[in-house]
Amino acid sequence: MSDQKKKLLVSAIENGTVIDHIPANHLFKVISILGLDSLKKQITFGTNLESKKLGHKAIIKLSEVYFKDEDINKIALIAPHAKLNIIHNFKVTDKRDVQVPEKIKGIAKCGNPKCITNNDNVNTIFYVLPKDSEKVALKCHYCEKITDPEDMEVF
Amino acid sequence: MKNRSLISINDYSKEDITKVLDLAEEFEKNPTQSLLENKVIGTLFFEPSTRTRLSFESAVNRLNGRIIGFASKDSSSVQKGESLKDTIKTVNNYCDLIVMRHPLEGSARFASEVADIPVVNAGDGANQHPTQTLLDLYSIRKTQGTLENLNVFLIGDLKYGRTVHSLLMAMSNFNTTFNFISPEELKLPDEYKMYLQDKGLEYEEHIDITDNINNADIIYMTRIQRERFSDPMEYEKTKNSYVLKNDMLDGTKENMKILHPLPRVNEIHEDVDENKKSYYFTQALNGVYTRMAIITSILGIK
Repeated sequence: MSDQKKKLLVSAIENGTVIDHIPANHLFKVISILGLDSLKKQITFGTNLESKKLGHKAIIKLSEVYFKDEDINKIALIAPHAKLNIIHNFKVTDKRDVQVPEKIKGIAKCGNPKCITNNDNVNTIFYVLPKDSEKVALKCHYCEKITDPEDMEVF
Repeated sequence: MKNRSLISINDYSKEDITKVLDLAEEFEKNPTQSLLENKVIGTLFFEPSTRTRLSFESAVNRLNGRIIGFASKDSSSVQKGESLKDTIKTVNNYCDLIVMRHPLEGSARFASEVADIPVVNAGDGANQHPTQTLLDLYSIRKTQGTLENLNVFLIGDLKYGRTVHSLLMAMSNFNTTFNFISPEELKLPDEYKMYLQDKGLEYEEHIDITDNINNADIIYMTRIQRERFSDPMEYEKTKNSYVLKNDMLDGTKENMKILHPLPRVNEIHEDVDENKKSYYFTQALNGVYTRMAIITSILGIK
């Protein structure tokens, strides 16, 4: 699919942020991690678009929305290759990559049903550990068990 | 270590571990001292554990400290629906240190964050039981004279046994060679093998207890639990092939000692009890000295 065609599928924005190169199967997780479902701004997204790198990718365009690094980096766990384009007046004025944070708080559920965070009113904290060159693992601060970001449930 | 909670064995450096073991050695020589006079220790056992609780209480009593607490959740306000946070916040006002056993994993770490006083984890589900690990280390050092360069055999349930995992992590500070013997379905999880590889330590895995135990300095036996098997017949078959018997010890090294966190079911035959290489009952006694050392060092008394 040509770039021209993609632009037709997901309309352009005047000012805001475009998040590109999201793995298609994680689009809805990205939406919930960033809390886009409760945002009162114009948002368009496209999914199952062809991508050389990912096979199938998703893209989100957010009008008049800009992210702080610490917020956008939360999606690096499931979308490590995501690219941010900052748009002003229909033009890309800045490009950013996402960085995997060292510690994540209160986004994901611990995969261990016997963990205190799943049984009492305790916020989750995970340490992000390198698993291999491509992937990371989440180690629960409380029960010390590993949760795979692929299986992680977002609150 | 003063005022620092002990939740996971990884909270203690090699130096911290050595300090506790040295102190435990002092307590073994002189076990009755009035060091904990005017101190109140809270023992909160949300899950029953006779051995660990009595060992802690014996340690505190011998040092003239006082104990408040409960031995099961039935006799605590958890029955009324109180959260762990509220229980800890309350008990926090009544004592100088909390010893806690709880069935949920991570509960002890959480308690230590809520409490203003130090917390000692006496077991949080399948996660950690660091005072057991320290008493295991004490027993190993006492019988071998050192913790360095030993050949340690871990036998039984290596998949779910938390004592095995914590001991492995602690011993990896001392250039240990490990041998793992377990049934296929209870093999050591990969994350621990990776941990040893990262540290550049050697290990071997075996399915059967055979002649190779002759190289062992320490044999650490664990219980194979029925509930770990989906097929009860498989359990019956397996449990009988991981039993240590007296005649298997003939070729083993003179200095070799057999450890077991107890309770034992049948994995060590009773005919081993009289062998001078058996050490598990003394190991339980060492728990008292080790816990004296842990409590007094955290309270800043030693």
